[in-house]
Amino acid sequence: MNLVGTLFVASLSCCALAAAAALTAPAKARLWLAGLCTAAAGACGAAAGVAALAGQSWSAWLPGLLPLAGARLALDPLSGAFVVVTGTVAVCAAIHGIGYCRHGLDGRVFQAVLPVFVASMLLVPAAASVSTFLLAWELMAVSSLLLVLAEHRRNTSVRRAGLWYAVMTHLGLVAILVGLVAFAAGAGGESFAQLREAGLPPAVKTVVFLTTLAGFASKAGIVPLHVWLPRAHPEAPSHVSALMSAAMVNMGAYGVVRVGLDLLHGGPAWWWLLVLAAGAVSALYGILQAAVSSDLKRLLGYSTTENLGLVMVGVGAAGFLAATGIPVLATLALAAALLHVVNHAAFKTTLFLSAGSVLYATGVRDLDALGGLRDRMPYTTALFAAGALCASALPPGNAFVSEWLLLQSLIHAVPGSGVAGAVTMPLAVGMIALSAGLAVATFVKAFGVGFLARPRSAEAGRAEEVPPVMLGGTALAVACCVALAVAPTVVVPALGRAVAVVFPGRDVVSGELTLRLAGVSGVVSPLLIAVALLVSVMAVLVLVRVAATRRARRAARLWDCGAGPMSARMEYTATSFAEPLQRVFDNVLAPESDVDVTPMKESAYLVERVRFHARVPDRIEHRLYDPLIAAAAAVGRRARVLATGSVHRYLGYGFWALAGALVVLVVLW
Amino acid sequence: MVTGALGTGLQVIAVALGSPLLVGVMRQVRARLEGRAGPGIGQPWRDLRKLLRKEPIAAHGTGWPFRAAPLLVAGTALVVAAVVPLVTTVSPLDGVADLFAVTALLALGSVALALGALDTGTAFGGMGASREMAVLALVEPTILVSVFALSIRVGSTSLGQIVTATVEDPLAVVSPASVLAAVALAIVTIAETGRIPVDNPATHLELTMIHEAMVLEYAGPDLALVEWASAMRLSIFLGLLSSLFFPVGIATAGAGVLAVLLSVLVLVGKVAILGVLLAAGEVFMAKLRLFRVPELLAGSFLLALLAVAASFFLA
Amino acid sequence: MGLWRKIMRTGRVAEPAPARVPGEAPSKAAELAGSVQIRHVDAGSCNGCEVEISSAFGPVYDAERYGARMVASPRHADALLVTGPVTRNMEMALRRAYDAVPEPRLVIALGDCARDCGVFAGAYGVAGAVSDVVPVDVEVPGCPPEPEAIVAAVRRLTGR
Repeated sequence: MNLVGTLFVASLSCCALAAAAALTAPAKARLWLAGLCTAAAGACGAAAGVAALAGQSWSAWLPGLLPLAGARLALDPLSGAFVVVTGTVAVCAAIHGIGYCRHGLDGRVFQAVLPVFVASMLLVPAAASVSTFLLAWELMAVSSLLLVLAEHRRNTSVRRAGLWYAVMTHLGLVAILVGLVAFAAGAGGESFAQLREAGLPPAVKTVVFLTTLAGFASKAGIVPLHVWLPRAHPEAPSHVSALMSAAMVNMGAYGVVRVGLDLLHGGPAWWWLLVLAAGAVSALYGILQAAVSSDLKRLLGYSTTENLGLVMVGVGAAGFLAATGIPVLATLALAAALLHVVNHAAFKTTLFLSAGSVLYATGVRDLDALGGLRDRMPYTTALFAAGALCASALPPGNAFVSEWLLLQSLIHAVPGSGVAGAVTMPLAVGMIALSAGLAVATFVKAFGVGFLARPRSAEAGRAEEVPPVMLGGTALAVACCVALAVAPTVVVPALGRAVAVVFPGRDVVSGELTLRLAGVSGVVSPLLIAVALLVSVMAVLVLVRVAATRRARRAARLWDCGAGPMSARMEYTATSFAEPLQRVFDNVLAPESDVDVTPMKESAYLVERVRFHARVPDRIEHRLYDPLIAAAAAVGRRARVLATGSVHRYLGYGFWALAGALVVLVVLW
Repeated sequence: MVTGALGTGLQVIAVALGSPLLVGVMRQVRARLEGRAGPGIGQPWRDLRKLLRKEPIAAHGTGWPFRAAPLLVAGTALVVAAVVPLVTTVSPLDGVADLFAVTALLALGSVALALGALDTGTAFGGMGASREMAVLALVEPTILVSVFALSIRVGSTSLGQIVTATVEDPLAVVSPASVLAAVALAIVTIAETGRIPVDNPATHLELTMIHEAMVLEYAGPDLALVEWASAMRLSIFLGLLSSLFFPVGIATAGAGVLAVLLSVLVLVGKVAILGVLLAAGEVFMAKLRLFRVPELLAGSFLLALLAVAASFFLA
Repeated sequence: MGLWRKIMRTGRVAEPAPARVPGEAPSKAAELAGSVQIRHVDAGSCNGCEVEISSAFGPVYDAERYGARMVASPRHADALLVTGPVTRNMEMALRRAYDAVPEPRLVIALGDCARDCGVFAGAYGVAGAVSDVVPVDVEVPGCPPEPEAIVAAVRRLTGR
């Protein structure tokens, strides 16, 4: 067993150790033991992934582990990229969780399921056969479901979220199962190596691609299969949200790349235009919902839909460009998508963990009721600020680099990719740009309204800084963000090896300080931009020191127009901040509001109380899912006549069904 | 290379020193068209000098975002002034940032100011920040799609390459794609720099403000930085428009020191002309209602999309 | 085009700048060096003074040409332009507005009411003259003062 294999097995063993520690250790030591073991598992996993990205590959066949086919594991650079992400996120989340779980989440089962979840997410990209993959996938779904439901006693909305998640994730599993089983049946073998060699008729390929795409898209939170995501992510404990949002949803992207680009070797252009369109719509819809959301964790959940949408745009563009015969740009687009996966994981971990810290300190995740955390939780505020800067895709943040790469791959596609490209690419660029603009507004809102100014509720006013271990976990994620932001020239070539699994033989970028695209013209230097910003801010500071008269800074009241102290109720809330955008996108969002006026008894003209209630429902859920659920419920009610409780009748059903099946067999064969 | 570095240094100095004068020119033009005498083009500099001498104020309940915002907004403007090709196309910093990065850097300045405004916790600060961010979000697609349209001809988003290509083939500017992109970018410039009809820089009515509402709490040197930065942003946008669509006089590769010096003068002239046109245009227009602004911006987005379509289908 | 023709036909309406009225400038005004931002505070005026102020800053008298400008926030201001007797309801607001102005700061009491409460002296709702509430540097007499007087007072501050 080589280095990758050793590290990977060590990582899985650490997970097992963590689960065992959680189950057996006394309550006092449980959090630390389980947390540190999980963190060690993450670290080993990340190291294994790095080694795999460096070019070492590993595969194993364990015939005894699963009945019939045995378990097959393999780590190539593409799997490695996803294993690195999962491992690193697991380290941050596990360390943060040591502090976060002190309030009621220190139970045996919860602590034991978390490392199982991590292990399952390490196994999914490492799986190298259909049965292993599906098993790991289901393990991931079930363990995450248990984690989402952890706080179901405290809050009834957790149960609803869990129900949505369970149904959606299992429908997704069914879709993937059908697709992969059909694939394996056609290929005559179930290991990925056999699938790769298989020559299937195009119609079967299309069926396989579309069914698996549906399943993977639902895991990645792609519109319109995203509905579970903004429910489950806010209700899960925050470090679990970080794991789900930064690591688990990536598996959807991994699945599309692995099955669509690797096992099926790409396909017709329309497949990928479909992926691209779904991605672009998700990016826009997700960030639009995030922009008008006032629940911090729901906002972050919708932002995940946005970012995975951007990843899908990259994947779709890669497939499309490969199909139209521009491999240079296909390589670039896929590298951009993978880099965005990594970047998104880094900043979303930061954001969810800091949101968890806020929740821990205040018990509130409603932005309207937060504020004033800058003085009360200075470190958490600074960490969230760093994450928010990255999430807004502005330099010197890390997401700027990946969105830049993505935009470059799209705009260079126009002359070469024909009319389909000329129509699609500008629209995609426009949608990405709009979602980038809205992301800026969203994260200015999340940070500015949630953390700055004065507290708008007693809970926020009482907030205190969280324990160092929680800050440590978050700070680790910020460190990853910083590293990714200043050193993309190191990261992108490494990801280029993952891309080479699918599109072999091409470099993506070159250069040490500046990022130079290979094959097309395009240069940017995130490191030098950051340095230039630092230098020029320092220069301005010196200039002001020199030029301005040395008068001491005087503390003064806020300018309140002379009308007395500004109370916290006069501050702009998240809802009011988002109002202009909500008004602009009125037709898309269809916000609901009702005004309830209670008049006084004496006269209808004297008002005793006015209640104003406004909310922005998820319109897709409203329009698409509600009718479906209603229809299913109606069918269920009708079907009740069949089930009367009479055993004779049920035996009769069995008889007729068997007879019918036999008749069908006789007629057809 | 030496002339390139010289040109870059000169353009930063020109933008830093000249932009308050540009504001002065624009106010003077407006004053004359309104029948007034006007305070002279040096007035913004006098204002800045005075503000630097005044006492800085730390309002109760504000913290580091409030203090850092003026520094950041001025810092980003200076960085952009260094990386865009206004005087020379062979800047040593050309590889640092392309048109996307420039857009993002300018957005970073707006974000800093919006956070500074939110940090005060006043109603007007929040209002300004909210409106500024809404406008920013709607402007972004137009800018990026226009960049797309301009980059197709050159095959690159590098500003230096786009401008060089236009210098070599000046007639390309009158192609439909270029004209449409120019109009779209002009509208964007107006929106981003807070001019009529999107925002009124001279308003006293808080409820109609966008940019001004964000800076109501700043005093003294902080305010001086904010005002200086917004003047710089205005000159950068106008300079960028002139470089992209009328790059006459820009020093290209192989230009001597004299050509660089000349190109500074040409830049000053071009930006002044654009400023005069903008100020004169403002006299003829009323400010749009805030909720009509998105319609204007959507229109500019459509123009940008048409520009891309034109550059592909008519090329 | 109609507007353009009108602009061309009208030309300049600003009257030629009159000679500076001699008079000592407040010592703080020297630091301002030709740039004075003014925040107007109506402490209880009948709006007569306001009409004259807008006229002083209008095209004919054009106080802006001397480096003065009206601003939206006292934080941006160097001088408060206070009109009217200070009513009880505005007393605290005026103090707070004064407090909000960064140093060096000046106060102009504009009109007779601002100087000595004018006809409102002793009224139950009046807290006093402007100088009873905040220190006054420049006084402009008149009920209401003529625009020329307002411009002259502004010029004492800007020194132009």
